[in-house]
Amino acid sequence: MFRYPLLSLALGAVLALGTTGAQAQDEFIVVQSTTSTLNSGLFEHILPLFEEKTGIEVRVVAVGTGQAIRNAMNGDGDVLFVHARPAEEKFVAEGHGVARFDVMYNDFVIVGPPSDPAGVAGMTDVVAALSKIAEAEVPFASRGDDSGTHKAELRLWKEAGIDAQAASGGWYRETGSGMGATLNTGTSMGAYVLTDRATWIAFGNKGDYEIAVEGDPRMFNQYGIILVNPGKHPNVKAQAGQAFVDWVLSPEGQAAIAGYKVDGQQLFFPNAGG
Amino acid sequence: MVMDIRAESALVAEPLLEARALRFAAGGQTLIHGIDLGIEPGRRTIVMGANGSGKSLLLRLLHGLLPPSSGEVLWRGEAAGRAARRAQAMVFQRPVMLRRSVLANLTFALKVHGLAGRARTERAQEALEMARLTDLANHPARVLSGGEQQRLALARALVCEPELLFLDEPTSSLDPASTQMIEDLVNAAHARGVTIVMVTHDMGQARRMGDEVIFLHAGRVAERGPLDRVLGAPRSEAARAWVQGRLYTGDT
Amino acid sequence: MFGFGDIMAAALGLILTWDRDLSEIVLLSLRVTLTAVAVACLIGLPLGAVVGAFRFRGRGTVTVLLNALMGLPPVVVGLFVYLMLSNAGPLGVLGLLYTPTAMIIAQTILVTPIVAALTKQVVEDLHGEYAEQFSSFGLSARARVSALLWDARYSLLTVALAGFGRAVAEVGAVLIVGGNINHVTRVMTTTIALETSKGNLELALALGLLLLGLAVIVNAAVMTLRASAVRAAYA
Repeated sequence: MFRYPLLSLALGAVLALGTTGAQAQDEFIVVQSTTSTLNSGLFEHILPLFEEKTGIEVRVVAVGTGQAIRNAMNGDGDVLFVHARPAEEKFVAEGHGVARFDVMYNDFVIVGPPSDPAGVAGMTDVVAALSKIAEAEVPFASRGDDSGTHKAELRLWKEAGIDAQAASGGWYRETGSGMGATLNTGTSMGAYVLTDRATWIAFGNKGDYEIAVEGDPRMFNQYGIILVNPGKHPNVKAQAGQAFVDWVLSPEGQAAIAGYKVDGQQLFFPNAGG
Repeated sequence: MVMDIRAESALVAEPLLEARALRFAAGGQTLIHGIDLGIEPGRRTIVMGANGSGKSLLLRLLHGLLPPSSGEVLWRGEAAGRAARRAQAMVFQRPVMLRRSVLANLTFALKVHGLAGRARTERAQEALEMARLTDLANHPARVLSGGEQQRLALARALVCEPELLFLDEPTSSLDPASTQMIEDLVNAAHARGVTIVMVTHDMGQARRMGDEVIFLHAGRVAERGPLDRVLGAPRSEAARAWVQGRLYTGDT
Repeated sequence: MFGFGDIMAAALGLILTWDRDLSEIVLLSLRVTLTAVAVACLIGLPLGAVVGAFRFRGRGTVTVLLNALMGLPPVVVGLFVYLMLSNAGPLGVLGLLYTPTAMIIAQTILVTPIVAALTKQVVEDLHGEYAEQFSSFGLSARARVSALLWDARYSLLTVALAGFGRAVAEVGAVLIVGGNINHVTRVMTTTIALETSKGNLELALALGLLLLGLAVIVNAAVMTLRASAVRAAYA
């Protein structure tokens, strides 16, 4: 009564599907990276160049920096490409990564509504600007997701000597989501948002928002690249992963990064070996 | 009176089916009170009694659809199980039609009995012809009329050549023509040697189809004997009241 | 600020300029979801039928469990499967993380309780009608289950559809175990999430409309099949 042929057919199909996914490409590596890098479109620009040259397919998993590091600590990825220097150094120190290299930087900006309720437009001192926002108790949307951007934001509040978390739920609003989602939320509630410039330029839902604060060296955002330690995680594709790290740091890779422009603006500034 | 019943229904042959001290209780109420009876091969037994007297329940206990609270049912002298049920068949008051074609309803029953594909179709075709359902073979069973459905249910019960056929008021909701066809089919089966146990309220039908009557009252056998005698000169108060069309509420 | 017209135009544009990337995403969505629903049916149909047709110890517990699992948040399932398939997890050696297979596994876990719980309901009702006849036939337990499943087949199509609806609309689980990797594990829902985070809301909604259209087509096809069966009194 049981239709065995049907059963085996279905099971066979599942097995077949399972293998096609894994064997579509001869060689590939998994890069754990951040949403800001992916959303900016940088990978779509540079990865084809690398893939064409080496034949190694690069699969990017874009999550928050916190989750990316956590995934890499589980050995679920060959290369870590994020922007949270202290966490990256800790990752290497704990033996999860081989070594960390500077790749490039971009910078953070604070965007806000044109009405500028806190009166911070045009400021270059980010700490002073944050103080004014806190004083005016104007809405500020934070990532609140332990990402690299979130960590940078918390550092700036600390420098300003403000306990923004105390106002959480009031004027300080933690979205607990990615950069894009936080921008979507922030712009629709008239809040100031700290964002990386790359995501902001490529962002499609700016509305009438403008950059209010920029140019403070304290808002530079350094990206690092790390090969996950094959000694600790034997499944890591050390050779292919190293090839990617080498290429990104090479003059060719650096030139590719510098060559990525949106609306005529360069988004990332290579500084490997610097 | 008890002695009378025993003497009158004394078996002349080994019983095909036998109930011993059969008792059934549910919800704190005893519905069947320790019934002993034997069904002789080749007989046509009519089970009668008022609503709620336990007729349908008795049939289900005998066929093994319900486990008795105590007592036992024997098939050819041994405890009845699934094998016994497969040697029997039952037609219900409301036919249960599988959601399949008329033909598939028959082949399903044959498949359960282990018949190979080819033989299945042949036997099913014969049964359809017998039940005059050949033209409807490929129709969904559930679009058939009530009479056709009951004929199909009966054909399905008979197609596996049971030794004993239970019928639970099979014609109670059918018109006279459909009733006639069912009766003819049952009698034909009996002529081929199938033992019949049938519940009916219809006195005329009982006369046309029965050899003997078991009369139930309140979960007990009030009277058992040859059909003409029980319906002609009932000895128990319950049966007498029934035959005369009176309401009887006393004990057996 | 957003007109319905803009969104419709974007959706229309998507369909008119249909490119390889879009086909890839749509086909992967269908492949992952349909496979997951198929596997979920292979497990959930017999399981639901057994729970629906038989009385046994622990039946109530199983029923409660199945009903509770129906409401499992996809993210939780995703995390669970991630922990299993992670290289640090017990099944890491299989190398299935960030593949369509991982997504199929996650969605199967998500859909199986739905299929089983709804099947139980359907089969229980049908068995109420068939039970005596089946006992009379002297049917084995296994033959009972398969006969019930077969006779309930058109009602069970609706059950499979419910599973399909849950799987095809789900983003939390496939995002975690698939990783939304371009050309490898990017499906419609993860693309919608990505485009939303890029602020391309019109495009995201247009993709959503496309997904809706897909679901409508699948549902319409199944319901047409069922309707013809109902007309023929098989359902």
